[in-house]
Amino acid sequence: MPSGTPPSSARALGSFVAILAVAGIGVGAFAYTAGWLTPDRLTPARMLAALDGPKGPALGHRRNHAKGICFTGIFAANGEGQEITRARVLASGEYPVIGRFNLGTTSPDSPDATVRVRGLGLQISAPDGSVWRAAMIDPPFFPVATPQAFYDLQVASHSTDHGAMPAFIAQHPEFRAFAEWAGSAPWTGSYAETGFNSLDSFIFTDAQGYDHPVRWSLLPEATVTALTQAQLAALGPDHLEQEIRTRVAAAPQRWRMVVTLADPADQTADPSKAWPEDRRRIEVGTLIVQRIEAERDGPCRDINFDPTVLPDGMRVSDDPFPAARSAAYARSYNLRAAEVRDYPYQRPAATEAPR
Amino acid sequence: MTRPFTAWQRLLHWAMAIAILAMLFIGVGMVSTLAPAYLPLIATHRTLGIVILVLAVVRLGLRWRHGAPPLPAGMPAPMRLAAHLSHYAFYVLMLGMPLIGWAMMSAAAYPIVLLGLIRLPPILPQNDALHTLLWNAHVYLAFAFFALVVMHVAAALYHALIRRDGVFETMAPVRADRAPAE
Repeated sequence: MPSGTPPSSARALGSFVAILAVAGIGVGAFAYTAGWLTPDRLTPARMLAALDGPKGPALGHRRNHAKGICFTGIFAANGEGQEITRARVLASGEYPVIGRFNLGTTSPDSPDATVRVRGLGLQISAPDGSVWRAAMIDPPFFPVATPQAFYDLQVASHSTDHGAMPAFIAQHPEFRAFAEWAGSAPWTGSYAETGFNSLDSFIFTDAQGYDHPVRWSLLPEATVTALTQAQLAALGPDHLEQEIRTRVAAAPQRWRMVVTLADPADQTADPSKAWPEDRRRIEVGTLIVQRIEAERDGPCRDINFDPTVLPDGMRVSDDPFPAARSAAYARSYNLRAAEVRDYPYQRPAATEAPR
Repeated sequence: MTRPFTAWQRLLHWAMAIAILAMLFIGVGMVSTLAPAYLPLIATHRTLGIVILVLAVVRLGLRWRHGAPPLPAGMPAPMRLAAHLSHYAFYVLMLGMPLIGWAMMSAAAYPIVLLGLIRLPPILPQNDALHTLLWNAHVYLAFAFFALVVMHVAAALYHALIRRDGVFETMAPVRADRAPAE
């Protein structure tokens, strides 16, 4: 039909319906993509809600690993890492570091001895402008094999149903190994006596373009003195932060960074399974912590230690956790940055003005 | 009928239409998933955002130089106003959204890396209040942008199918003057 001819009313009605259908399909596809039509999708918002539990979040703080203290220092790379990655950050040299010692708890007020998992957030800045961020914890393997299982663990641990945790463990047998570690591993009285592991697997790429699946660890140079949980509790609820302040003020504290290379047969997708002990290790440098600062005004508070912030020469593997952590950390960051006037979170008793 | 937009203007329009629609869907999808696809989605979102910013500047230049075909004389005044306002809104959003995203990343102290290689400098210092303002703006303007796109598509189809006033043909991907009906 030539343009300009008035359409019949039936044809116009058909056209209106077609236009509405196009708009409706577009809006529907958008709503589906946003997850509004699939309430069971595991979203960052649901993950954070599961971490918060029924008591809700500590406003202004990280939604997990909420209790922490900032440090600055240097990473002294010895250059050995260049065998497996072209990343500038492992070429020989000294690079500035911002980091954070932390406890794996959603409450910034948890007493130290009530928190089994300790963490370390790290940012190393190379002279070429590239940045390597990492967030490590001290268990030798992760409690669960998938992000969905981590979500299920939060739900089960907050459940008032006494059967929830046994049911969770029955469905996730890998959790038994973690529970055994949590129950039997010695505690220590210092972050400086704690080792930290990436647990997640990453891929390093060398200058020739060859890929190397790796995990890494920070091993403390300080002498480790094992404590029982009761001995740590007796040192006080905030002993770890007070102790690391005093210790670093007296002398810088050091950790050796060791990269473990996978054998071709080793899986990289499941951080709940440690690799065999005899895998090749390369010591790539030393983390030297020179200064401790309170999180409140410290340089680490507003850094998101997103483990997918990686320089060229490093990338994620088929391990699903770094992507899930990146997505959840980003939401946690967006929320806490918006709640900054609530930082530091005040426990109810402490908000009472002194009389 | 009136002259169409120039070939470059039409090419840019349709290329950016695909890019912007992809951008809106990627944006709303990536913030609602913990799946491994999150990482390629956000990497694409950042890179495509800067591509759109560059193309929008080029397009603004072309629009300034070549203008736009006049709207048909018979178009009612409220419809003309809506057409003009929506085009201003498109230019504001095409330029503004990538800049807000870039500034938001800067205010959160994230490194801004495109394609894993190209590093952009921060355009703001790290700042919680600015980050929050920009984050909210990015989210709400994205929904406004999507609503604008839906209205734009509906209006284009209204011109093409019902009014048949030649407005759609000025931006049609295929040269309208090849149609035998002309």
